[in-house]
Amino acid sequence: MSGQGKQPENGRAADKRRFATKLIHFGSEVDEFTGASSTPIVQASTFHHHDIYNPPRHDYSRSGNPTRAAVEEAIALLEGGARGFAFASGMAAISTAFLLLSAGDHAIVTEDVYGGTYRFLTTVLSRMNIETTFVDMTDLGAVKAALKPNTRVVFMETPSNPTLKITDIAAVASWAKEHGLLTMVDNTFMSPYHQRPLELGVDIVLHSATKFLGGHSDVLAGLAVTADEELGKRLYALQNGLGAVLAPQEAWLLMRGMKTLQARMDQSENSARRLADWLSRHPGVGRVYYPGLPDHPGREVHERQSLGYGAVVSFDTGSAARAKEVLSKVRLPIVAVSLGGVESILSYPAMMSHAAMPPEVRAQRGIGDGLLRYSVGLEHIDDLIEDLEEALREA
Amino acid sequence: MKIESRLAQIGSIEEPVTGSISYPIYQATAYRHPRLGQSTGFDYARTKSPTRSVLEEAAAELESGDAAFACSSGMAALQTIFAMFSQGDHLIVSLDLYGGTYRLLERIMSRFGVATSYIDTNDIEGMEKLRRPETKAVLIETPTNPLMMVTDIKAVCGWAKDKGLLTIVDNTLLTPFFQRPLELGADIVIHSATKYLGGHNDVLAGLIVTKGEELSKEMGILHNSIGAVLGPQDSWLLMRGMKTLALRMERHQYNATRLAEYLQGHPAVAEVFYPGLKDHPGHEIQNRQSSGNTGIFSFKVKDARYVEPILRHIRLIAFAESLGGVESLMTYPAVQTHADIPEEIRRAVGVDDRLLRFSVGIEHADDLIDDLGQALEAARTEIEGGVQA
Repeated sequence: MSGQGKQPENGRAADKRRFATKLIHFGSEVDEFTGASSTPIVQASTFHHHDIYNPPRHDYSRSGNPTRAAVEEAIALLEGGARGFAFASGMAAISTAFLLLSAGDHAIVTEDVYGGTYRFLTTVLSRMNIETTFVDMTDLGAVKAALKPNTRVVFMETPSNPTLKITDIAAVASWAKEHGLLTMVDNTFMSPYHQRPLELGVDIVLHSATKFLGGHSDVLAGLAVTADEELGKRLYALQNGLGAVLAPQEAWLLMRGMKTLQARMDQSENSARRLADWLSRHPGVGRVYYPGLPDHPGREVHERQSLGYGAVVSFDTGSAARAKEVLSKVRLPIVAVSLGGVESILSYPAMMSHAAMPPEVRAQRGIGDGLLRYSVGLEHIDDLIEDLEEALREA
Repeated sequence: MKIESRLAQIGSIEEPVTGSISYPIYQATAYRHPRLGQSTGFDYARTKSPTRSVLEEAAAELESGDAAFACSSGMAALQTIFAMFSQGDHLIVSLDLYGGTYRLLERIMSRFGVATSYIDTNDIEGMEKLRRPETKAVLIETPTNPLMMVTDIKAVCGWAKDKGLLTIVDNTLLTPFFQRPLELGADIVIHSATKYLGGHNDVLAGLIVTKGEELSKEMGILHNSIGAVLGPQDSWLLMRGMKTLALRMERHQYNATRLAEYLQGHPAVAEVFYPGLKDHPGHEIQNRQSSGNTGIFSFKVKDARYVEPILRHIRLIAFAESLGGVESLMTYPAVQTHADIPEEIRRAVGVDDRLLRFSVGIEHADDLIDDLGQALEAARTEIEGGVQA
């Protein structure tokens, strides 16, 4: 199920087609065998060897599956990398990538990293004697100060979750390269539509594809893309060896979601900008965190490295009691964990996504008890603002 | 309740709203909180999802465990279990071992300072010699794959418990329908559910079943943290497969016995490894701890040169990796499933270039005998025909 010669022979670097086109024409959009307009869901675990001298491309679905391969090729194309990999969840992608390290290694990780990544690093990897230093990644001096002789990797999340701090990807990546460190970026919030870290010198891009890439809150999936083939081989050995792979049905749903990524992101971002602007003028709301706001400290860096501001807005309601009131009063957004869906999702980091973080660590990282995170969906923005206005008034 | 009934009824009365006899596929990743601090029991699909939960509850019950965890593959289940261990820990593992497990231990876990010793797990004295203060667990496959060596589960568990070690049993080949290791004293059961539990070669899945509250809790944390979880569509397909497990296993056993007996008398075959045969060294232990035999066995042809033409001439039987499906598959372990095990270890165990593994499906046994018979004859004619004529 290769690209039918639609891509230039000399590969992706020469692929000048625009992003929206790549989303639809990613190589496996048409089934080679039947001509079907959508890649088939190959729900097989194993594959017959028609000729024992010429084994089939895939021989066992953990090692490779045609449907999964289609989405893996698509994300590699979209991120501009050498190889893509699909996993059972974002955490499965992140945990597999971290297992490139060995006992005795050290990682430098952004301090307001996703709670699940924090938990994996501090409970599982720490047992394997892999040590982590959490730093304010927006401060290059702090990143440099964390370097140790056994440092192997720098892990960034930008914008970070939930306080949307901005890391200068190119600056960190070039410093890391000087010291022979591997760099990874969790690109979940931006998606390759808005930000392509590999183009900024990063080695591995990771996604919770459950979020914007899938986009419908109906697929749990993770993706990874490596910048080069050599790293791709190493990550492939781990994907196959550890087996945390994405199933064919989910791979197909993810691919289906990805086709509308640009349309969804455009719409959600327009709404998020209006929401952030409205919130920042609301007397009942404290600080608003959104890289598109003029006073956001990372705005300049963000504009240099990204093509958009994204669809997640965090804001401080002032107290736990008020945050809880708002959560119980809103009618439109679903109150849940996760983000990046067609439906707006309002969540409470202190009790949800970042509950795995001890309260004192959370406070230190600016994830206060009054903080709410709004993932803006595709509803009409006037409806969302009216709904939130009412909830804030009542609270 | 008998196990056949529990299997047939997986998920059948769990859906309270519509009464659907087939449990719905909840494709949702996020679950609305009715009020803050209140949860329906489901928050985020990686942590817990309704379709996966019905499967996990059934698996725990079938294996007589306290909790079960569904993973994206058998290897994902193993890596989740292995994440319990820490740098410096040591494991004792069956010598005749699935190649993927060996690779995970030797290429990945070794980098994190987890060491492994391999031994025939019936040799308790030998295991005692290998035991160190850092030894944390014993992992056994019984019967082993592909040589069908049988380990006395009760004896190993008794010794391990005495020494404070965890016992992990890979129960892929027998399934809880024929063997329930937790009832024999094991702490953790693992499955590549891709095989007999799924049974149709169409789902990649793994299951972990744990005994005891503390162990179950720890495994739950790892399952969620590592995130190698099974998706809803595949959870549903796996449950669907499990509903016919009893029927399939009985037919797999019947067909495998017929084929093993047939091959035992065939002039091109040197040896047949199947615990269901009376002269198999593990026959007695197998009968004591299991209520039946699996559907796969291995056999050695008399001449390695037969292998290639046999694989070329089989028509009904597919030449493919994996096992445990309704369709018959033939595998060449030395180059497929066990290629990652170094040759000297493979040879020491007996996985050599004359060994073929046969996963016997549920086709009619006579058709399978006919197909294999003609392939064996064709192979003999090709290799020796010139000489004999």
